[in-house]
Amino acid sequence: MSDNVVDLPLPGAAKPRDTTFEVAAADLTKAGRVKRRLTSRTATIASLVIAVIWTIPTFGLLLSSFRPEELIRTTGWWTIFQNPGFTLDNYRDVLFSSSSSAPQLGSYFVNSLAISIPATIFPLVLASMAAYAFAWIKFKWSGALFVFIFALQIVPIQMALIPLLQMFTTALQPMQDQIHAVIPIIPEDTYLQVWVAHTIFALPLAIFLLHNFISDIPSEVIEAAKVDGASHSQLFFQIVLPLALPAIASFAIFQFLWVWNDLLVALVFSGGTADVAPLTQRLAELSGNRGQDWQRLTAGAFVSLVVPLIVFFSLQRYFVRGLLAGSTKG
Amino acid sequence: MTTTDLIGKIIQVLVGLAAFAAVLGLVLFFIDRAPKKGRDVIQLVAFLLPAMILVAIGLVYPAIRTTITAFGDKSGNFIGLDNFVWMFTQPEALITLRNTVIWVILVPLVSTIVGLAYAVFIDKSRGERIYKVLVFMPLAISFVGAGIIWKFVYEYRPAERDQIGLLNQFLVWFGQEPVLWLQTEPVNTLLLIVVLIWVETGFAMVVLSASIKGVPVEQVEAAELDGTNAWQRFRNVTLPSIRGGLVVVVTTITIATLKVFDIVRTMTGGNFNTSVVANEMYTQAFRAVQPGRGAALALILFVMVLPIVIYNVRVMRQQKEIR
Repeated sequence: MSDNVVDLPLPGAAKPRDTTFEVAAADLTKAGRVKRRLTSRTATIASLVIAVIWTIPTFGLLLSSFRPEELIRTTGWWTIFQNPGFTLDNYRDVLFSSSSSAPQLGSYFVNSLAISIPATIFPLVLASMAAYAFAWIKFKWSGALFVFIFALQIVPIQMALIPLLQMFTTALQPMQDQIHAVIPIIPEDTYLQVWVAHTIFALPLAIFLLHNFISDIPSEVIEAAKVDGASHSQLFFQIVLPLALPAIASFAIFQFLWVWNDLLVALVFSGGTADVAPLTQRLAELSGNRGQDWQRLTAGAFVSLVVPLIVFFSLQRYFVRGLLAGSTKG
Repeated sequence: MTTTDLIGKIIQVLVGLAAFAAVLGLVLFFIDRAPKKGRDVIQLVAFLLPAMILVAIGLVYPAIRTTITAFGDKSGNFIGLDNFVWMFTQPEALITLRNTVIWVILVPLVSTIVGLAYAVFIDKSRGERIYKVLVFMPLAISFVGAGIIWKFVYEYRPAERDQIGLLNQFLVWFGQEPVLWLQTEPVNTLLLIVVLIWVETGFAMVVLSASIKGVPVEQVEAAELDGTNAWQRFRNVTLPSIRGGLVVVVTTITIATLKVFDIVRTMTGGNFNTSVVANEMYTQAFRAVQPGRGAALALILFVMVLPIVIYNVRVMRQQKEIR
């Protein structure tokens, strides 16, 4: 599976090969040996220094998150050998403690997931349908409309926030209230606004990237299916979607992480309660109000980092592609 | 969180997904059964319209509204350019603009240089993969997380106590007094900038590393035979071949820098003169209830981003054609 990786338009790569990390194997070629011999000692030291500087802040935070509160407050994590101590209490406290002063991140963790998953699926489905229409249904103004959608990526999210919030308050809020009246277990504040906002903001880029891929499907394949009497929805589900799956996977990962890591959209549209707000919003709040509670901040930060890091390490290839392709979003 | 809450949330997500699937399924079901005449139009509408409507009400209309709002006061009365006059004359707004300029100069410059140097140093070295992962990892995590990680590095304790922030510990080791970093101007802005550099260097490194691997081996070897040293080879062979990649990296990071919000919000909240345009936009529009000023700042952001995005897209297209 990992070998038929997608060709999302990748900035900067002069050649489509070797964008990711599996280079080591190719190193035993002659050119590699020559070059390695010439790599000077200073370069090695410099790269070591950079790697260490880049890693230490995260490492320090991770280490601290497992130290008892008293030790975090009074000693540096680098003195761990003089002041040893290991505990999972910080994690227990931030995730499960129900005392009113606790961060109660368990709730927000669920919210982050509940926001990110639909906010990835909705735009992807809508965008691949639109991309299919742009690529394979001929109509007047198709080209101009596509360029227009593409150009919308230029609009920063900030341009849309104020009016969109006003519209949501008048249009979506009554709807949410009604849903609450019918199904009381669903609270009045729902994920609806955040879902819709993320979906909208993802569409231009998603349509553009998926169109690039879907329009590359050989026309013989599409024509053959049409001759066999396939309708557009059959074509879409049985031919286009399976073929575009790698591209969709790359974009899905990018979009999922983008939503998971987002703060701005959440701040504006979530209302900030434990019913809706994601981890990022809660952590930003804790960092502002309780900036000295390092036993909570360290553990809390890692609760929010763990999902992106799992995605990062398990799906690295797709991750790099998706991230690079979508790097100008926002 | 009670179990009821959890069940409510799960139900909510399932209902949301089910409603979405049901609507979509119905639409697709009916277009396949649409009358032969006009079927093409109906199909087109079904595929295209949902996305188009969302984009129209969620991006096009709001962008126009925001542009109009930028020329109005709190209650929406037209006041001409007053919001922009505020932005370019009031000291606190000017500091915001000044900070944004500093960010936009330093972040792309430093991250690109460090990322490039790192990519060159580790190219084809042993453990290249691990080296890359270490510097690339910050890109996966949120700016909020990055903000907390670095806030911990900058943490302050009075001199008579043990330091728990690494930066102040270094000062103490060298016999200096610890500093309240995030409250001390103007160094606090620079320390926030470090966080974004820390994140974006990984991006620069990965893109440039890919470009470097695209440099023809023959050219490098030919230069070697000519007796050039490593620096000359880098200057005259590598650098010209990766020009396109460099442009993409610099422009992309510049755009990201202009829009930076989360880092400032998490670490200082924009206090102590560290605010930037994107943060000030949020503060004015949603905290200070000054939608006109917020909109004006958003508009400025748009105007600053616009030329860079266009340039970025053009270069990316050229690169694609070369491929």
